[in-house]
Amino acid sequence: MSPRKSSFARGLLWVAAALALSLGVDRLAVQWINPYFYRILVLCGLNVMLALSLNLVNGITGQFSIGHAGFMAVGAYASAAFTVYAVPQLFGVGPDASGLVIVGPLLLALLVGGLTSAAAGFLVGLPSMRLRGDYLAIVTLGFGEIIRVVILNIDAVGGARGFAGIPRRTDLAWVIAGALTTWVVLRNVLRSYHGRAFLAIREDEIAAEALGVPTTRYKVTAFVIAAFFAGVAGALFAHYTYLHTNSFTFMKSIEVIVMVVLGGMGSLLGSVLGATVLTALPEALRFASSERLIIYSLLLIVLMIARPQGILGKTEGKRGK
Amino acid sequence: MIRSLRPLSLAALLVAAIALMAGCAKQSNEIVIGEYGSLTGTTATFGISSKNGIELYLDNLNAAGGIGGTKVKVIVEDDQSKPEEAATAVNKLVDQDGVIAVLGEVASSRSMAAAPICQQSGVPMISPSSTNPKVTEIGDYIFRVCFIDPFQGQMIAKFAKEKLGLTKAAVFRDIKNDYSVGLASYFTDAYHALGGTIVADAAYSEGDQDFKAQLTVIKSKKPQVLIVPGYYTEVGLIARQAREMGLDVPMVGGDGWVSDKLIEIGQDALNGCYHVNHYWEEDPNPAIQKFVTEYKSRYNAKPDGLAALAYDAAGVLTSALDRLRTEDPAAFKALLGPRNDAQKAARAKLRDRIASTKDYPGVTGRITLDAARNAVKPAVFVGIKNGKYEFVAAVEP
Amino acid sequence: MQELFQQLANGIAWGSIYALIALGYTMVYGILRLINFAHGDVYMVGAFAAYYLAIATGAGGAAASLPMALLVLLGSMLVCALVGMLIEFLAYRPVRRSSRLTALITAIGVSLFLENVGLRVFGADPKFFPQLIPPKRITLAGGIMVTNHQITVVVVSILLMVALTLFIQRTKTGKAMRAVAFHRDAASLMGIPVNRIITITFAIGSALAAAAGVLVGLTNPKIEPLMGIMPGIKAFVAAVLGGIGSIPGAVIGGLVMGVSEYLVVGYVSSTYRDAIAFVILILVLLIRPAGLLGRNVAEKV
Repeated sequence: MSPRKSSFARGLLWVAAALALSLGVDRLAVQWINPYFYRILVLCGLNVMLALSLNLVNGITGQFSIGHAGFMAVGAYASAAFTVYAVPQLFGVGPDASGLVIVGPLLLALLVGGLTSAAAGFLVGLPSMRLRGDYLAIVTLGFGEIIRVVILNIDAVGGARGFAGIPRRTDLAWVIAGALTTWVVLRNVLRSYHGRAFLAIREDEIAAEALGVPTTRYKVTAFVIAAFFAGVAGALFAHYTYLHTNSFTFMKSIEVIVMVVLGGMGSLLGSVLGATVLTALPEALRFASSERLIIYSLLLIVLMIARPQGILGKTEGKRGK
Repeated sequence: MIRSLRPLSLAALLVAAIALMAGCAKQSNEIVIGEYGSLTGTTATFGISSKNGIELYLDNLNAAGGIGGTKVKVIVEDDQSKPEEAATAVNKLVDQDGVIAVLGEVASSRSMAAAPICQQSGVPMISPSSTNPKVTEIGDYIFRVCFIDPFQGQMIAKFAKEKLGLTKAAVFRDIKNDYSVGLASYFTDAYHALGGTIVADAAYSEGDQDFKAQLTVIKSKKPQVLIVPGYYTEVGLIARQAREMGLDVPMVGGDGWVSDKLIEIGQDALNGCYHVNHYWEEDPNPAIQKFVTEYKSRYNAKPDGLAALAYDAAGVLTSALDRLRTEDPAAFKALLGPRNDAQKAARAKLRDRIASTKDYPGVTGRITLDAARNAVKPAVFVGIKNGKYEFVAAVEP
Repeated sequence: MQELFQQLANGIAWGSIYALIALGYTMVYGILRLINFAHGDVYMVGAFAAYYLAIATGAGGAAASLPMALLVLLGSMLVCALVGMLIEFLAYRPVRRSSRLTALITAIGVSLFLENVGLRVFGADPKFFPQLIPPKRITLAGGIMVTNHQITVVVVSILLMVALTLFIQRTKTGKAMRAVAFHRDAASLMGIPVNRIITITFAIGSALAAAAGVLVGLTNPKIEPLMGIMPGIKAFVAAVLGGIGSIPGAVIGGLVMGVSEYLVVGYVSSTYRDAIAFVILILVLLIRPAGLLGRNVAEKV
């Protein structure tokens, strides 16, 4: 086989393996562990997707995005609205359907969520053209809030009452597949020529611009890709539970930031680690829940002072330095 | 390769540790129920009030011997005032701790997040104070011991139009609070049906400090009465600021006004205002006074409507358990055992007993659950005069 | 028309509070190029400090009097000055030479810390500020109704702002602050004790935030540990609007924020009360990033 064909076949094999892994883990989980743990694993997987996507913007491209929850919200609500309003019309698949027939509609819903969120990411990324650092941070925070307020005012998705009645279609298989996809895509981006451009912007934006890297285009792209995956995570979340804008506040954005910072900005593996630890640990430490946020905040401060590169540091992209 | 093994093994260790901490369902000689509430977060006072109410009731019950000799244990989980945490908390209670019934929550948004889990697992859930009608619509295992907003809205409209004789109202709702939004619309519909006119409809957000901008607009429309279906924290401030601006018409509100802090905040501005209450804390009924006194001495604060409702929710649940014990001792025994089909059937029978609750003597009134599993109770209207509450009317449904 | 003037009057009183908080932001940003996310929480600490002081000294209610009110004000300003200096020393100084993102995250961490310690220590339920000055309705020309509290807020704010401006322009320390804001390393080479100046800046900024907290307690007596988040962000926007680093700019920015908030809430919808702040921010940053009174500083390569 020609090299092209064989790498395509290899790719296909990997995809099949990933699907098998996702389904396999899910079946095992449903059999052997109780729904409470199952839920934690699902939430963990979603947080992994959020942390990885945020890492692209904050860790790899060095931008300041602190409104990530807004993207998750957009993806969640867009996909939920699609499933509840459009899917029964277009595919005749009602809320009580189950089995193979829901795979297509769910995939579409995820895409709808991801793409809508990507569009939001584009809008949020645009100001990055003229803004640096702290200002960009506040603007992303502002967008997160504006998105939340706008959703709160849309009655069709429940507004202040929340969006109930979304059919529960997500399970661990979907979440694992989603997390794997996010990981693979981001890892490939990072290793590519484009990845080096992102890193260059992080290291020294002006030098990169001077050397011909179209920095604005890359910065906006980072936002778009990150928003897409956050949107898919949101869509998966929407098809798992009841939606209310209170799940997408600034605090959620902060939690994702802590995950990325703890794991190490710029390190994809670090984000996986950070997300896992910070999803599992609060459950294990339920008795200390009122101190949890105090611990988080101290963790942030101490990390920044003592070890700003987090646990796994800037291991990716700093080779040869 | 070794690099990537480290974090993976760390994660695996963590999961294993959690798994170890999980016990399997045990055989015990106690009834184990679960409670979830917002003990931390933005609405922490709701969760704490409810927790106190439940705790007080169960401690009294256990001191008197429990349910026919069997004590009741409650496992409390915090949902941090967040809906998805409510779902996780209830998941833990139902699947991890194996509770046979759940009490919670105050906020309808959190009840809505958790109820599907209880419904699916066949674990009865009683909400003390969620008033959004949709909560009990989720399934037949979901109950509440308070009235629902359509009823409350109608009562307020009747009160304003017929008892106070005022035909032009302004509505000031809390747009971030589904309770307030719902109550405001039910009021509006009922008021229109009675022939009243709404001259102004404004909104604020939970947590706002300053309402003068909206009050200015409301004042210019010259209403005769201002309806504020929100929570006490904002209501007190709204009253003060309204008076500061020269808007002196009476204000009427729902059960969200209920708190011993209301008058502390609003002070003289609230004179001549009215609101709905679940119970009247100065009601000379000895059972109510006993509750108020015990609560005060134990928690150093006057019990608010939420604590009273939680107290009654615990009571309704345990009285249903008691009836199950006398009518079907085998089923009652199964509730003490492990999570198996016998217990599931027993829980279904418990559900039936709860559904047939009739005239339960609670501190918030005689509670009867109707076919939609909502409580049929009178709405008490109280007025404020000279900084003190006075009973005005009790409206039967 | 009268309605519009009423909104304006209320907006100006409210905006004075934003102005006071914005002053602290602008001063710290001018010196450290750091958005002190925790500044809004220092304002919260000020309000609570005043609350506990008032209760301890019995200054509210029946014993309300001007000297007691002043005592509470000065006391809380002192407490917050100390808090500000502590934050600077423990959290910001170690990251002063680190990247901007690191410093920003540290600031977020401090902010979260103050909020959650506040929740733990003060409790999540709102407290009600005792009445330091008994309220009185005052009718101005044109039927506009204000209270003596609102007038107090505006007067005290003006006094503090004037005092600050005189301090910066006329004293040696003020001059040193301006020097450090202009070029930190050059100032240090000229013999200015940079660390001390930065500490003083934090102290003054925090004291002003405390004053804002006390004044808010006067007019809007509900205080709770999360009360500083939104005003903090809005005051930051005010500082940016006026031109970050510019003191008169912060004042103008604060007033504009206050008035626009009232206009939006009164004439559009109250849900956008917070969103308007961000919209203004985005507009300012896209159209005139230097703000109304700021200068465009080119970035040195």
